[in-house]
Amino acid sequence: MVERRPTLGILAHVILILGVLVVALPVYITFVASTHTAQEVVQRPMPMLPGAHFIENYTAALQGGSHGAGSTAAVGRMMFVSLVSALIITFGKIAISLLSAFAIVYFRFRFRMFFFWAIFVTLMLPVEVRIGPTYKVVSDLGMLNSFAGLTIPLIASATATFLFRQFFLTVPEELVEAARIDGAGPMRFFKDILVPLSATSIAALFVIQFIYGWNQYLWPLLVTTNEDMYPVVYGIKRMIAGGDSQNEWNLVMATAMLAMIPPALVVMLMQKWFVKGLVDTEK
Amino acid sequence: MEKRVVFRSGWLPWALLAPQAIVIAVFFFWPAGQALVQSLQQSDAFGTSVNWVGLENFQNLWNDETYLASFKTTAVFSILVAVCGISLALLLAVFADRVVRGATVYKTLLIWPYAVAPAVAGVLWLFMFSPSIGIVAYGLEAIGVDWNHLLNGGQAMTLVVAAAVWKQISYNFLFFLAGLASIPKSLIEAAAIDGARPWRRFWTIQFPLLTPTTFFLLVINMVYAFFDTFAIIDASTQGGPGKETSILVYRVYYDGFKALDLGGSAAQSVVLMVIVVVLTVLQFKFVEKKVNY
Repeated sequence: MVERRPTLGILAHVILILGVLVVALPVYITFVASTHTAQEVVQRPMPMLPGAHFIENYTAALQGGSHGAGSTAAVGRMMFVSLVSALIITFGKIAISLLSAFAIVYFRFRFRMFFFWAIFVTLMLPVEVRIGPTYKVVSDLGMLNSFAGLTIPLIASATATFLFRQFFLTVPEELVEAARIDGAGPMRFFKDILVPLSATSIAALFVIQFIYGWNQYLWPLLVTTNEDMYPVVYGIKRMIAGGDSQNEWNLVMATAMLAMIPPALVVMLMQKWFVKGLVDTEK
Repeated sequence: MEKRVVFRSGWLPWALLAPQAIVIAVFFFWPAGQALVQSLQQSDAFGTSVNWVGLENFQNLWNDETYLASFKTTAVFSILVAVCGISLALLLAVFADRVVRGATVYKTLLIWPYAVAPAVAGVLWLFMFSPSIGIVAYGLEAIGVDWNHLLNGGQAMTLVVAAAVWKQISYNFLFFLAGLASIPKSLIEAAAIDGARPWRRFWTIQFPLLTPTTFFLLVINMVYAFFDTFAIIDASTQGGPGKETSILVYRVYYDGFKALDLGGSAAQSVVLMVIVVVLTVLQFKFVEKKVNY
């Protein structure tokens, strides 16, 4: 900063530390609750220090079969469903967007701009505004309770297509000319030049879309009725039923921790790509 | 902008576009068209008879006081989320921009809530504020606040706003931090030499120069509050007590899937589509400004 002002410097640290603590508080309480027995958690006030039942609770949650009033499905299976669907959504989105952006930028054909605008308009049709009819289509196609139903309707992505289009437009023309002189066909150029050049954009999109896929809630709520196909974010909601004392809150909180860890890790470990992804996808 | 050099092929571009085109046709345009058609129809709960009713569904919505109340709820909710989220994030970003030591640590510790699923955020806050077992509800009672969001609509609204803001703060924080970093240091130094103190420098230099970022975030936060908070509400209050926290998106779901009023739900979908179009246009307008400043 411009001048030294020790009091302001201290104030800045105090405010930031307060901010960090307030932001972390819900997760700390969740963690504490996940390490106690169900009886200890529903005491008033609940304990504020971690208890001794960490391993017990997490094993119980992962394997399922608790005695709560809500769903008692195994969280291990839910984590698997979440991981598989998040990865399919992420790679699916990246793949189909790369291909369509390539077609729109590097070819001239009839209805090119029509397709461009058709993809653009999907920005204005989020799942939330067409849930009823989309549910009907998926059920007519027999895709309820399947990975296909959980993922395919979510893999169309206008944002990713635009991001790649913007990027392709900045790729120097000389590269295409050179590739053509060397006798490379369009797919060869795509595979050996364009995709490697897009690596940073792909990494940035990966972080954003993985979180998007992992955190889906409304869509699984509609298309899954079978406990075997619950993603963890939706499954956790199903574990809560009836009054406060009927739930095994320690296991619910252990599940919440498990549901938060993968996307939080992706954000913290890939922070650079995460920030780039956020900024790029909003342009 | 167009490429001068392109590839020539009759079928290849079609093959490349096919996956995306099929997905958007089957899962976007067809259902959206269906929503338009259904909004003009009325069917009974078993789907045995369907009648064309013209704009009656829309008229019903217009005359339905609870739907208009839901508009008001949505407006209150999204304004609270946007204003609280933006001001808290701005406060943190201004101080994070000031500190030299530990800036990256603070940043890392403040951005991770973005990764928390809205539904999980709802469950976490529900647990803390649960009237019978929640630790925060207990604390509030100790200082004389009688907390019960299952009965008190205002408290239920506070709960969902808090959960929604908590999750969104990291996003706003990152954009403000980037905005602050792009303000030339020389401007601030010049003001300091002229004797402006930090408080004055913030209001006369940094805050005005952040206006484009603030407007951009305002629109993004509105979109977030309108559409991405369904899970928070479903996981914590389920629109209750009564309809006090039932925002528009929650109503579309409730009327279509719980109350089985397909025509009414489709008409609400159409209303929402119009809102999204308006918000998207606003977003693009402000994004343009953001790029230019």
